[in-house]
Amino acid sequence: MEDLGWWGVALAVLAGAIRVSTPFLFVSLGELLTEKSGRINLGLEGTLVMGAMSAYAISYMTGSPWLGVLVAGLAGALFGVLHALICGLPRVNDIAVGIALMLLGTGLAFFLGKAFIQPQAPILPAIEFGWWSDLPQVRSALQINVLFILGVLLAPFLLWVLTNTKWGLIVRTVGDSADAARAMGYSVNLVRLAATASGGFLAGIGGSFLSLYYPGSWNEGLSSGQGLMAVALVIFARWQPIRCLGAALLFGGAGALGPALQSVGVTQGYYLFNAAPYLLTLVIMIATCSPTRTLTGAPGELSITK
Amino acid sequence: MTVDQGMSRRMVLGALGGAAAGTALSGFLPLSRALAAKKLVVGFIYVGPRDDFGYNQAHAEAAAMLRSMSGVKVVEEEKVPETLDVQKTMESMINLDGAELVFPTSFGYFDPHMLKVAAKYPDVEFRHCGGMFKAGTHPANTGSYFGYIDEGQYLNGIAAGHATKSKKLGFVAAKPIPQVLRNINAFTLGARSVDPSITTQVIFTGDWSMPIKEAEATNGLVNAGVDVVTCHVDSPKVVVETAERRGAFTCGYHANQAPLAPKGYLTGAEWNWITVYKDFVTKAQAGEKPGQFVRGGLKEGFIKTSAYGPAVSPESKAAGEAVKAKMMAGDFSIFSGPISTNTGKEIVAAGKTYGQTDLWLEGMDWLVEGVVGSTS
Repeated sequence: MEDLGWWGVALAVLAGAIRVSTPFLFVSLGELLTEKSGRINLGLEGTLVMGAMSAYAISYMTGSPWLGVLVAGLAGALFGVLHALICGLPRVNDIAVGIALMLLGTGLAFFLGKAFIQPQAPILPAIEFGWWSDLPQVRSALQINVLFILGVLLAPFLLWVLTNTKWGLIVRTVGDSADAARAMGYSVNLVRLAATASGGFLAGIGGSFLSLYYPGSWNEGLSSGQGLMAVALVIFARWQPIRCLGAALLFGGAGALGPALQSVGVTQGYYLFNAAPYLLTLVIMIATCSPTRTLTGAPGELSITK
Repeated sequence: MTVDQGMSRRMVLGALGGAAAGTALSGFLPLSRALAAKKLVVGFIYVGPRDDFGYNQAHAEAAAMLRSMSGVKVVEEEKVPETLDVQKTMESMINLDGAELVFPTSFGYFDPHMLKVAAKYPDVEFRHCGGMFKAGTHPANTGSYFGYIDEGQYLNGIAAGHATKSKKLGFVAAKPIPQVLRNINAFTLGARSVDPSITTQVIFTGDWSMPIKEAEATNGLVNAGVDVVTCHVDSPKVVVETAERRGAFTCGYHANQAPLAPKGYLTGAEWNWITVYKDFVTKAQAGEKPGQFVRGGLKEGFIKTSAYGPAVSPESKAAGEAVKAKMMAGDFSIFSGPISTNTGKEIVAAGKTYGQTDLWLEGMDWLVEGVVGSTS
């Protein structure tokens, strides 16, 4: 195989951005939708793990990875419904419920997933976009999963729905002022239920990508906090779907930096490179924060901004 | 019946009670029968899931075999963090289950957790898997056991050295601690015994279980031209599966991963903990003190190698088997000079040989010539 040297690092970061970003993307888009309706669902980490486990289990039992993706989405939606129903009760804090559901989701997934750590389930196919290249590295980098493409299309679609459709307007109204929405005759709880359930559905699909495509197996350390990171990405992206896409790609690429540098022989300081995504977040947060204005784009009903 | 320090008060009372009952019920009942009624409770604590295709599975498989021994009751707890949690687990095993022999199997359980609990329960025997026990400094009821799995990694290296075409091997490692570095070095020395131009590219992921980093590392290695990959992480599943998908060869670690890579699996270094545990349990049942500094490799049956995969050539097999036979006979040493580090320093002088039991090797903080990587 040809040695690409430093081009190899650039390629690896690009490939990493494509491979690793999908769960971030789905979870952050799901969370964005939920937060636009005025609630924070911190439980998406649990939903992600639950999605990963159920997708793998269903794929193993039925032999169809796509059925696994669907079931992962439904399991995620179920968790979303649970979150919305509990938060619909008076004087319930959505963040506390989210943390409880995060623990429930991971615990339940570990418990039910015991039997599926060992077996190998069929995983999702990839589309070869690198057929034009002779370099195996390029071909491997451009093996792209359909879920990634769907995620990339989903971001502008979500933006369009939120800004240009009646449904989007309702969600945003509920998220910015529950009183105004009530005055207009919309059921705040029902809208939030739909938004949280859809958000959970997306997060569950994000989980299925982890177990059914990359890294493509189920084990208990699979998520390692990606769900929580994705929730933070939404704030980082200032509640804009397109920026969510950018942030997810950035995180995926930054995560690939550590291994890529070591593979070309930059062996010093790998702990620092492995921390790259978090350093990057800090730097961008500091660079973009301002003492004179509050977070722009934050839905008015969010408990963290209210 | 002899009673010595290796037995707990509970065991003695139980045995006496059993003997008394036995004598009362039927005066001629042999003492051993009555003793058999009292089971030795053995506690196993794992840091990860029991079925991780790796480190924890290797221990759990041995624990499962212990269950079939008569007079033994095994209690297990998995996914116990290396924090106060493990102290609670040990206490509950001792107080609620009556464990008399406890095996905290993870590296980080030793200090301060196991030491603290051991000081509190002098009647219970603790044996830690790892190299940190020092006789005299640590409580008398503690001890350590470990296997020289670098012998298996040396044999992996021989198989890898024969299989590689690019002369570049890859090693996905968790952290630069002595045990890991020793494996990287043994693997590289084994490969370079086949062809001295071979290099091993190391990628440290930073922790024992990082599935995405491990997949990225494996992809990175293959992209850099590596065609044989091995690893030292808790669960090699992701590394082995990713390498197989990329068409690279793999050498296994901890347990047998051949089912995960039917095409590319060459061989593997596996633990065979049952040898150690059986010995501990037999000693405890006989009322002796289980060994406190237990070490062994292929020869002692502490480790084993996976069966060769279909991609291994006959010459490669012959070369590997020849070295293995020497190891089994006890006249092979991996670390015999001259050995230079990858920073150009001569670390083992020509003519100097470090035997496996040499404690100097357990503090290894260098990488041999031919390894592309650094310890910090």
